[in-house]
Amino acid sequence: MSRALKLTLGMTTALSLTAAASVSAKADELTLCWAAWDPANALVELSKDFEAQNGTTMSFEFVPWPNFADRILNELNAGGKLCDLLIGDSQWIGGSAENGYYVKLNDFFEAEGISMDDFAAAAVNAYSTWPKGTPNYWALPAMGDANGWFYRKDWFSRPELQAEFKEKYGRDLAPPQTWDEMKEVGEFFQGREIDGKTVYGAAIFTERASEGITMGATSAMYPYGFKYENTPGSYDMEGAVNSPEAVAGLEAYKELYKCCTPPGYTDSYMTEGLDAFKSGQVAMAMNWFAFFPGLAKDENVGGDKIGFFVNPKQNVAASTLGGQGISVVANTDNMDGALAYIKWFAQPDVQKKWWDLGGYSVHNDVLNDPSFKDSQPFAADFLVAMNQVQDFWQEPSYAILLQDMQKRLHDYVVADKGTAKEALDQLIEDWTETFEDDGKINN
Amino acid sequence: MNERFSTTLEGTADAAARSTPPAVARRLRGLSDRAIAWIFISPTIILLLAINIFPLCWAIYLSFTNYRANRPNSEVEGVGLRNFERVLTDGDTWLAMQATAHFVFWTIVLQTLIGFTLAYLIDRKFRGHAFWTTVILIPMMLSPAVVGNFWRFLYQPQIGLFNYIVSFFTGVEPSSFQMLGDVTLAPWAIIIVDTWMWTPYVMLICLAGLRSIPDYIYEAAEVDRASPWRQFWSITIPMALPFIMLAVLFRGIENFKMFDMVVLLTGGGPGSTTELASITLKREAFESWRTGRASAFAIILFVAVFGLANIYVKALNRVKQR
Repeated sequence: MSRALKLTLGMTTALSLTAAASVSAKADELTLCWAAWDPANALVELSKDFEAQNGTTMSFEFVPWPNFADRILNELNAGGKLCDLLIGDSQWIGGSAENGYYVKLNDFFEAEGISMDDFAAAAVNAYSTWPKGTPNYWALPAMGDANGWFYRKDWFSRPELQAEFKEKYGRDLAPPQTWDEMKEVGEFFQGREIDGKTVYGAAIFTERASEGITMGATSAMYPYGFKYENTPGSYDMEGAVNSPEAVAGLEAYKELYKCCTPPGYTDSYMTEGLDAFKSGQVAMAMNWFAFFPGLAKDENVGGDKIGFFVNPKQNVAASTLGGQGISVVANTDNMDGALAYIKWFAQPDVQKKWWDLGGYSVHNDVLNDPSFKDSQPFAADFLVAMNQVQDFWQEPSYAILLQDMQKRLHDYVVADKGTAKEALDQLIEDWTETFEDDGKINN
Repeated sequence: MNERFSTTLEGTADAAARSTPPAVARRLRGLSDRAIAWIFISPTIILLLAINIFPLCWAIYLSFTNYRANRPNSEVEGVGLRNFERVLTDGDTWLAMQATAHFVFWTIVLQTLIGFTLAYLIDRKFRGHAFWTTVILIPMMLSPAVVGNFWRFLYQPQIGLFNYIVSFFTGVEPSSFQMLGDVTLAPWAIIIVDTWMWTPYVMLICLAGLRSIPDYIYEAAEVDRASPWRQFWSITIPMALPFIMLAVLFRGIENFKMFDMVVLLTGGGPGSTTELASITLKREAFESWRTGRASAFAIILFVAVFGLANIYVKALNRVKQR
């Protein structure tokens, strides 16, 4: 055998072995994509059990929230293979189902005995189904979440502040039950000196770029009676989106922004809200329940100093939905491994541990456990919130619909442009154009 | 040509000819000069076609369709001029164009005035002028991302240095105004930052212009007893004008497509007050995923910039010929 031939054979063998080894390694690896936040760390901890049981190596791709949608949706659109499993936002489910990015899980659930009846109905509807109201499942509910509130319990309980508040408003200084009360409490704290430092009423969502102001403002609009359609599924928005109740809700949010937020609070979302609260700048703050375990343990403002409350009601009780389901990405090279993870994650004992570690399980075995309400200082509020959640459009065109709402709300609330009615009228025009383009309504 | 240099060149050519393998040399000898020239420039042309021309043609094609990049499986249909019509009749597009025009106009005016003044002063060659030139150039050397984040802190109403400086001189409460959160102040906030960052660039070009003016012209003017003021208007400005116009062209094109720094400073807000055309385009293309419409908008912007730049370059050439 010539030297050149020997060399060629040797190299071919080495390359084949390397390729085989990499395929074999790939089969034992799973990459899970999610947002970079507190619950993601809990999931890393939880997944160690899966690794131990299945011999699979888990990798994680956590993207900061402001870039999460951009990064992951680009990945899906490009047919990338970065993620085997994806904990994607609830609003993505329509597009991801219709574009074939997620694997439909009905047959798998049936074969493995995983029942959606084991999970909270609102969560299943929000995180798993498309089209809405049909038993077509594209995700397993993974992380229940809603927009809630926390406040400085230690400030609220000060006798001198209690007395002053009672004299002014004729009731005790307590977490607000309605949006009217929210403004009063915010105004009460705004610009007040506490422990030699000027503090402010509330930290709310005003962020323009991704979803912030929409998630914040709908927390006021839903309780006032804002609806997306007069009849669900009809895309009949006139009189719903711009109803007098919706207008009042949007005005209430703007009033709270104007009266009671810290200076320069014009483009703030989760991180800015947490910073404002942790630095002792605000008396109250809105944020997702996902952050509450970390806040409760915070050295400076946690423990006895912090209290939690559900989004205040007004005409009705309502909370803005957060949270996500876990889906198998259709493009994965490790379908069996990804499905095995879903099967493992759906087990009641894993769900229990998920809650214990700081994740928000929506498994009925966890939620219906008699000890659940007392397991965390915010657990009871979480149950209430999850029973009154409302979500944004989950249509395939959700990104356009969301950007339109971001623009109209930010223009009105922060930039003082026009009236609330005009903003919502323009929003209907924007959304109508999108639904016409999608063929959902006739031109 | 210098004899020694000529000899060196011939030596290099001989060495290259010797190192060319005979087969290649034979093949090349059979080709015309034109063919050899094409062989040498073809990689560049292929790259140009792949990176510039093809995407441009593709964008023009997409601008006449309903294509959305986030729906690869959807049927792509031709929509005629609908995308162009929607872009041009959309009030928000014109607001973005107004915001862009405001930004481009004022940054150019301020940068040209301040940049030329600085160049004029630096050109005096005072003691330590080299040190101060370097100091003035520092902002230009920074990344726009760093500048955006840096100024965001400076503008912070509660702790920002900018508000405290304004407060020191005017007596107003530092947290009583928000440079980035106020619809009146935010457009000026981004102009201030861009001017801070890019005035040195204009200064450099103007300085090159000023240093290109021969001293004998000023000496002749002095012999003719022309006042410094007359020298400035009759010699300095006309002779530096092509350089100033070049700086205006560069800054105009750059600021027309400004994106990164403004996104980091205001994100286009408050509301849409500082949403420049490039930010609107990015949102349309990669947040709303209306790829067809975004392509139409991009084509409109391209034609506008290309047309304006052409007119300007003609004016520049006329000034140079004077």
